[in-house]
Amino acid sequence: MALITCENVSLGYEGTAIVENLNFTVNKNDYLCIIGENGSGKTTLMKSMLGLMKPMSGKILFSDGLKQNEIGYLPQQTMVQKDFPASAYEVVLSGCINHLGFHMHYAKKEKKKVISAMKKLNIWDLKDKSYRTLSGGQQQRVLLARALCATETLLVLDEPVTGLDFETTKQMYQLIDSLHKSGITIIMISHDPEATRKYATKILFLDHEIAFCDADEYFGRKS
Amino acid sequence: MMELLMNYFSYPFVRYAFIVGVLIALCSSLLGVILVLKRFSYIGDGLSHVAFGAMAVSMVLGIVQQKMFVIMPITVIVAVLLLRHSSDSRLSGDSKIAMISVGSLAIGYLLMNTFNTSANISADVCTTLFGSTSILTLSIEEVWLCIILSLAVIGIFVFLYHQIFAITFDEDFAKATGLKTEFYNFLIAVIMAVIIVMAMNLVGSLLISALLIFPAISAMQVCKSFKMVTIVSALISVICAVAGLLFSILGATPVGSTIVATDIIAFLIMFIYGRMRK
Repeated sequence: MALITCENVSLGYEGTAIVENLNFTVNKNDYLCIIGENGSGKTTLMKSMLGLMKPMSGKILFSDGLKQNEIGYLPQQTMVQKDFPASAYEVVLSGCINHLGFHMHYAKKEKKKVISAMKKLNIWDLKDKSYRTLSGGQQQRVLLARALCATETLLVLDEPVTGLDFETTKQMYQLIDSLHKSGITIIMISHDPEATRKYATKILFLDHEIAFCDADEYFGRKS
Repeated sequence: MMELLMNYFSYPFVRYAFIVGVLIALCSSLLGVILVLKRFSYIGDGLSHVAFGAMAVSMVLGIVQQKMFVIMPITVIVAVLLLRHSSDSRLSGDSKIAMISVGSLAIGYLLMNTFNTSANISADVCTTLFGSTSILTLSIEEVWLCIILSLAVIGIFVFLYHQIFAITFDEDFAKATGLKTEFYNFLIAVIMAVIIVMAMNLVGSLLISALLIFPAISAMQVCKSFKMVTIVSALISVICAVAGLLFSILGATPVGSTIVATDIIAFLIMFIYGRMRK
């Protein structure tokens, strides 16, 4: 079943296209890695899927009950966040913002979601710690837990291991893999060929030539 | 000393000054948390100069009595424009703010000087910039206006606390998960303009940024969570405002600068306390 379909999408800024005539589908339970050089339009594509900017032409369609505001998103960290005075719990809770509506407080259901996401990612004991005092890996896990609160179907990750050391990187990939195995569809921008080779089931290669295919085909593996 | 204070409090203008002072200190400290965390400190500063320019315009037009009707709309419009284009534009955000800030200051002074309507121009400028006595000359209507606007601002903060947190921490994520970020940014811009114009009465336009920034930064030295930062920032700001007002009445010092001086002392205390705990 297709979750997201891109039809003839062109992306760019101020009239100049970076990517043209992009066609691909993301199916339920895919692990799609978007790869390509810097400036090839990976992040722009991701922002368009998230509704942060409009494609210049073409359509990005959501189906199978997926709403645009139900995409869990793990952005690259900004400088502002790195020393933001908020507890880990507050940050994860903000992932439920799409369920808040016009209420003043989060309901029990949301709070349970936060607890389960934090326990799943092994950060429940950090809940009262200030976000700015956490290590890079812990911060990434807090942001991942926040993304999990926003979705049960699709996670979009923008280079989730940037700035992490070898061991933490491995743990992060294992975490994402276990989420994928539990039935969550993954779309990841990746600069890491090894991890792409190991985990991806689909590849979208953005460059002068656009390639979209099964990972097995891309890496010349027999399925 | 108690007796002296009681004596002072029997005058309505002293009571007005305390009511308005506390409310403005409270509102500006709440807003300050957002501005500092979103790296918007300078927008507050720039807007206060815009408010000064608008004040000069109203003086030239000879409508000092209804000055709010000139200052408020101009400041709101500039605030909305500044926040809307803070991210994507040819002119980078901070140079644009610097231009608007110093530009309004200069044009404001130029207007006041050229179309001189009052006998003592430098006293006028000084009052507008440093708010030396305006808080002690408030009318009952101004006090009510301030009470209503402050309650509105505080209400918005209480009701939209979670949305405000989400936007301050990560605007892209908030937008991607369906929050109308444009609306909230617009709301923040309007609140900012309202608070700055109100604060002009208390500390004058030059010292407004101090009222916005100091309590928030002081709270961030010691607090771990956003909720505590917000609460402690409000507490520090109110305590400093009261202490500053008391001191300025007893010591006959300028109100605005005295309040800012107590804010600086509070910051130093929190800074040292924060360092010692580490």
